[in-house]
Amino acid sequence: MIDDSKPIFLQIAELIENDIISGVLGEEAQVPSTNEFAAFYRINPATAAKGINRLVEDGLLYKKRGIGMFVTHDAPRRLREQRREKFQQQYITPLTAEAAKLGISLEELVTMIKTGSDS
Amino acid sequence: MSRTTAIAVRELSKTYKDVRALDNVTLDLEPDRIYGLLGRNGAGKTTLMSILTGQNYADQGTAEIFGHAPFEHDPTLSRICFIRESQKYPDDFKVHQAFKSAALFFENWNEELAQELVEAFELPTKRRIKKLSRGQLSAVGVIIGMASRADITFFDEPYLGLDAVARQIFYDRLVEDFAECPRTIVLSSHLIDEVANLLEHVIVIDKGRIVIDSDAEQLRGTAVTVTGDAAKVQEFIGSAPVIHRDALGALSSVTIRAKLDESQREQAKLMGLDLSPVSLQQLVVRSALSSVTEQGIDERTEARK
Repeated sequence: MIDDSKPIFLQIAELIENDIISGVLGEEAQVPSTNEFAAFYRINPATAAKGINRLVEDGLLYKKRGIGMFVTHDAPRRLREQRREKFQQQYITPLTAEAAKLGISLEELVTMIKTGSDS
Repeated sequence: MSRTTAIAVRELSKTYKDVRALDNVTLDLEPDRIYGLLGRNGAGKTTLMSILTGQNYADQGTAEIFGHAPFEHDPTLSRICFIRESQKYPDDFKVHQAFKSAALFFENWNEELAQELVEAFELPTKRRIKKLSRGQLSAVGVIIGMASRADITFFDEPYLGLDAVARQIFYDRLVEDFAECPRTIVLSSHLIDEVANLLEHVIVIDKGRIVIDSDAEQLRGTAVTVTGDAAKVQEFIGSAPVIHRDALGALSSVTIRAKLDESQREQAKLMGLDLSPVSLQQLVVRSALSSVTEQGIDERTEARK
């Protein structure tokens, strides 16, 4: 789950964001504590804290003093919007480039997508 | 928030016969962090730790623990726990007696934690130490190291005798206890990838010199391995500093010191090149293999910014 490609705290932040987007963590849901993340992913607690604080700074999580960290009510919507903006660059561009490399026409590509989403 | 630096080392040097075991080492270790002290066997890790724990003294330079030179300074020494592989205990001591002595010496000793760890490592506490297996002996060391809850704890590869399962138990418990009771921990290891994620700060020694002194997170992602057609690889990497090269026929695999952004990654993909992350272990090993000079200095300059 955690790899060497980039700072761990960023990966932790992304894991939480993914859970928010997928609905595993709903609005106002409580997020595991820093120490729980550290123990689960076997990482330094300061690193886990850094990842969580980043999301607090971005307004996606907030702290209830004495209780813990919670998902803000507009976090799911905001994250989905962010991902939609990146969708083109992250998925569409490489898709069309690879298709072009393999000589797959636009019509074929559309058919493939339709078939893919039916199954 | 201002706090005393836990360990301050300035221009420390130590020579054995004609070998510079430590060569002008300067370091600052802040309290309540887990530090990794990494390097090859014979790089100087143990020499540094033995000076910091007052068991040896330098030829030049200074080392201070919480503002005092540790050598023969009891108030400082009682705040330090040094666990090393060749730990010596009185010949006839039984395991629980070793723990009792440790409890007397370390004022922060946590008996509950010690008991939990004894169970986790399945240690026979009534057995004599000289009858323990290598793994059990290592377990005694790491248990003392953790249960001491000393303000500064040095672990000098004491887990070499532990098997992979036991090592994982150690790492997991260490992170847990550190979260509950923050203190300064220095882990020296050559099993870098195993401990990499536990470290907040990484110090690498090579031939007595510091070659990396950096926040662990800042190090991650600062190197990448580019693989593909040799000419294309060369075109892509341009003048980026190279830490390692591998070649197989027309294929080339080059590890460079560079942080790539999205567009650069895109470009690599379009060129048919493969990008793979570099683990901390690879980074350390490959940095030590390449020349120590400017790269080492650059790394430290970056870290100080």
